[in-house]
Amino acid sequence: MSSARPEVLVEDQKDDGTFRVHRSAFLSDEIHAAEMQRVFERSWLFIGHESELAEKGEYRRRKIAGRSIIFVRSDDGEIRAFHNTCPHRGAIVCRQDKGVAKAFQCFYHAWTFNSRGQLKGIPGKDGYDGGTFDAAERSLKPVARFESYRGFHFVSFQEDIQPLYDYLAGAREYLDLIVDQSPSGQLRVADGSHQYSIRANWKLLAENSIDGYHGMPTHQTYFEYVAEAGGLGGKGGKKLHGRGHSLGNGHACVEYWAPWGRPVARWVPIMGEEAKPAIEAAKAEIVERQGAEKADRICEWNRNMLIYPNLVINDIMSTTIRTFWPVSKDYMEIDAWAIAPVEEGEGEALQTRLHNFLEFLGPGGFATPDDVEALESCQIGFEAGGEQWNDVSRGMKREALVDDELQMRAFWRQWVAQIEGYEIDDWGDAPLPDELVTPDAERTWAIT
Amino acid sequence: MTDTTMPQTTHDRLMLRLEVEEFLIEEAAILDEWRLDDWIALFTDDATYVVPSTDLAGGDPARDLTLIDDDRLRLEWRVKRLKSRHAHREYPWSRTRRLVTNVRVLRAEDDELDITASILVHRFRHGRQDHFVARYLMTLVRTEDGLRIRRRRAEIDQERLSPNGALSMIL
Ligand code: FES
Ligand SMILES: [Fe+2]
Repeated sequence: MSSARPEVLVEDQKDDGTFRVHRSAFLSDEIHAAEMQRVFERSWLFIGHESELAEKGEYRRRKIAGRSIIFVRSDDGEIRAFHNTCPHRGAIVCRQDKGVAKAFQCFYHAWTFNSRGQLKGIPGKDGYDGGTFDAAERSLKPVARFESYRGFHFVSFQEDIQPLYDYLAGAREYLDLIVDQSPSGQLRVADGSHQYSIRANWKLLAENSIDGYHGMPTHQTYFEYVAEAGGLGGKGGKKLHGRGHSLGNGHACVEYWAPWGRPVARWVPIMGEEAKPAIEAAKAEIVERQGAEKADRICEWNRNMLIYPNLVINDIMSTTIRTFWPVSKDYMEIDAWAIAPVEEGEGEALQTRLHNFLEFLGPGGFATPDDVEALESCQIGFEAGGEQWNDVSRGMKREALVDDELQMRAFWRQWVAQIEGYEIDDWGDAPLPDELVTPDAERTWAIT
Repeated sequence: MTDTTMPQTTHDRLMLRLEVEEFLIEEAAILDEWRLDDWIALFTDDATYVVPSTDLAGGDPARDLTLIDDDRLRLEWRVKRLKSRHAHREYPWSRTRRLVTNVRVLRAEDDELDITASILVHRFRHGRQDHFVARYLMTLVRTEDGLRIRRRRAEIDQERLSPNGALSMIL
């Protein structure tokens, strides 16, 4: 079913406290086509982490907004990204998802490219003599823009997009909080990834990933398990509390204190007495290096962040990277990875981290299947018709708490501006009068 | 040299395979009927249940990201969760039908058997169909109560878990 597009897709009245999203945003083929052009062709898109390409010649084949892209560490040590298509007559030149290669050879007519993308071998080269053929010009085409921030690599298909550094805006501070967990500032992506799909519009996962409101009702069984296993320790029974933030350019996050343990660096009984010294030492090192205040934030606080449009970084009981790509208006493909400070190596600490990841997240976890169900359920609900609008106004008239919807509004404001073709410079709600600024109250839906 | 890890006669090997097949067919029936308490009773106390990631079939849960890495405690919680009304993707439960075939006994020593089998699980729910193609790698042990599972690993053949979306039932 396709839904007619209304006059306004997003009704945003900051002063009144009205925020509604028209459901055609999830149901319309026309809008899906528009967002492939206006969102995914005009944003910075995460392609991979530097640690995935440990050696020269190591590559990953990635699908970025429907395009096959080669993400490779060239023989000069530089990381590059190329469109995966032969400049001769089109075949893909990289036919495996990962590997290490000195060269990429197109199997069709056997042109060969080095790991910098340069055309180095042409069978029967004399056949081009006398014409305009220029081998240098027939090299693999790099993506229009390719930049990185602290090991996270992004591509953009828009030549004149702003620099990644500026694009990331307030999200940089949160990336720093994650990267600075490592004494050397280096993270490593673990081998093995979660590759799955959801029969729902991709924007439902953008919302869900920074939605503190659904945590307890949807994931009750997960929290019961963690509580019973001894994973919710201490601090005098303090309850989950924190805030939602708009970080600019459509990026947003929730940042909150929660009673569960963190590999860096908050010990809880489930981790075992033997793990305590290492976790405390990690914390002491961060206090030393970053100062007590920032160390508290790094070690004790949790973050779920959306980097617009489709990169999620969760820094919770494990640290995870997730991308999700629209295939059609009601189907998306998801990839997720586990990432950790290199200093954790491959021992006990990494295993705890991976268990924390699996217990909660991923297709076989105790929580993610419920999210998948929720998102597919929304998509089916949209198709049911009747109601035309989603209400996303929660917390618009208070300083946003972790279970408010400011984060989603930040995303939608950027999205609708891109779809409608205008620019904005404020992704937040209206400033509040002093009496409406709420204290950072502990939430009543305590996790016990 | 004779292989001491396998029965010597064709008859004995067939009987062993039949015994394993019967066990696997029974386990599949238990799962298709959602008799989860009966299912967990098939495991030893030191049991593990692992499903590697689709991009790393040989993944080692000690250092690689897998889809599932359950010890007995997590396995019991998985069952408890599936029996609650709050495992939303399996409430109400999906219909499943498991085909277990190509059973091979790889090793039979003392009380332990290493076996492998091919499986095809069809899952039906809310007008949708999902299919899981995989192979089992299991270590079974002989106990007074019959065969029990010590190690259960299901390696998915699909390149991605698509369009399945989740592994909400037991594979
Ligand atoms: S298409 Fe690649 S060599 Fe011809
Ligand atoms: Fe969730």
